[in-house]
Amino acid sequence: MARSSPERRRKARVKFGFSVYYVIFLIFVYGPMFAMFTLSFQGPRGGVTFPMRGLSFYWWEKLTGPSAVGDLKASLVRSLILAVIVMVITAVLSTMLAMAFRKRFRGSAVLFYAIMAGLMVPGTLLSLGLATLLRQLGIPPNWWSSGLAVHVVWTLPFGFLVMMAVFNRFDGRLEEAARDMGADEWTVFREVTLPLILPGIVAAGLFGFTLSYDEFARTTLLSGAQNTLPLDINASMTQRVQPTLFALGTASTMFSLLMIGLFIVVYTILYRRAR
Amino acid sequence: MTTVESYAKFSGVEAAPRGLIGGAPAAPSGAEGARKYRREPGFPVPVLIAPATLWLAIFLFLPLISIFIFSFWQPTGHGMTPAFTLENYRAFFASEGFFDPKHADFLTPSIFIRTLWSTFRFTITVMAACLILAYPMAYFLSMQVEDFKWQLSLFLLVMVPFWTSYLIRAVAWLPMLGRHGLINEFLMDIGAIEEPVSFFLYSEFSYTMALVQLYVVLAVGPIFFSLAKIDKALLEAARDMGASPFQIFREIILPLSLPGIAIGMIFIFVAVMGEFATAVVVYGGKTSTTGTVILSYYVTGNYPFAAVNAFMLMVAMMMGVIVILRVVDIRKEL
Repeated sequence: MARSSPERRRKARVKFGFSVYYVIFLIFVYGPMFAMFTLSFQGPRGGVTFPMRGLSFYWWEKLTGPSAVGDLKASLVRSLILAVIVMVITAVLSTMLAMAFRKRFRGSAVLFYAIMAGLMVPGTLLSLGLATLLRQLGIPPNWWSSGLAVHVVWTLPFGFLVMMAVFNRFDGRLEEAARDMGADEWTVFREVTLPLILPGIVAAGLFGFTLSYDEFARTTLLSGAQNTLPLDINASMTQRVQPTLFALGTASTMFSLLMIGLFIVVYTILYRRAR
Repeated sequence: MTTVESYAKFSGVEAAPRGLIGGAPAAPSGAEGARKYRREPGFPVPVLIAPATLWLAIFLFLPLISIFIFSFWQPTGHGMTPAFTLENYRAFFASEGFFDPKHADFLTPSIFIRTLWSTFRFTITVMAACLILAYPMAYFLSMQVEDFKWQLSLFLLVMVPFWTSYLIRAVAWLPMLGRHGLINEFLMDIGAIEEPVSFFLYSEFSYTMALVQLYVVLAVGPIFFSLAKIDKALLEAARDMGASPFQIFREIILPLSLPGIAIGMIFIFVAVMGEFATAVVVYGGKTSTTGTVILSYYVTGNYPFAAVNAFMLMVAMMMGVIVILRVVDIRKEL
């Protein structure tokens, strides 16, 4: 349709204005992160604010040294192990849930809201509730027990939503065909369903991995004697802040970005295949 | 392929039926899927849902119920014993003389009520700022960017910080704040101020700003999704009938994006109400939110009082969520 040229010019101006806003928004969201990134290369005599006093890897080297905040390597390993376990549990549970939700069953609405509640309840409350409960029962909290428990509560809704999306465009006739040919439920699942939804399961798991790896509030009171990485980062805030913390933050963010990249790649493959 | 369709295809959400006023967003629950697959046998439902249901019952609902129960127990200094006492609640409401006729500050609410109130006030400010910042962003991405690939890429670029550690993002505010922080230096460079202002030093303002930066993406996502689902033909029709851009926005776009706004606001509301880490990192621990109060009572071993504060926080959050849901009936809109 023919639009008058002043109107087209007006539209272009509006679009340009929004584009400028987008860039400002990105600077607002990413700005502090870039400042942290830059300052992690601060010279040995520099502090936690600008100006830069030289350029060095001093703080990065200090990060790997033994004198750094707590035992970082051990807490990193703990965080990674925890994230992997959360990833597996999230993938399995959310797949099972989404398979159940393909059918109509009593209480499905209640269960749906119960799953979503994990997303809504703040970490502070969950952490406090479980920590006091365990204390009263005389069970010591540990990152691999109580920590794991609340992490899955947090990651499950995300994994569940991913799997719901996967099953929404799943062609159920494929399974029916297999059943008609005499396959039992396990064979249908192993030979037909699983290969088709596998990328989705991986995506749901990776989602759980990143969320668990970065989780702080829920683990606060529940990690027991040994800290996960975010808890160590928080503990180091109470000491004198040094650019080491920025190096640590930058390294950790890089790792998160890597995981997101992996997630997007997997999801893109899933999208292509489904098409 | 329209944006709606391609988005729908990507996310697996079924595209809205064309021509239906408002192009109602597809239900995310299993109701629709259930109808489609009802005839299928598959694994028995109880087996599929049992593990997750048990997990949620033990690790989500039991802790929340126990908070309520423990709030009536008797603190013993380093622990608590089973009891039914309202003393903890009395301390929450009535310390510092609230409703105590003998006290001079008869009508001054207790410090805990005031903390809860200031936490609430902060949360509302953060929510308003996030909405004002997020809405144009979501509008731009869904309405102005036409190419689907671009739309998705630009959207993901905005959403990426959500998947990085929010604690580290709070830490990243340290170089920005303070007397020699980036914000002060920048303002001095452009000549807006003569010397560093303490405004940007661990102040209420910088705390609010940091919270907005940390949580704004939680609003962009849901608003974007609800805007992307709006049938573009609807806007075209309104335009052909002579509606002005403002009319189109007020009468079509805004009402149809209300569910997204509500979901985004609920996310930010519950997140900021329960917030405690940013207060410590950015605010230097000089303020208390209800979150920090709960933790400090836990650390000192007064579990029942921590539980009372937590329960009151829970009540405040539920009330807030109910108010938001009253304004926008999400389920009806879905």
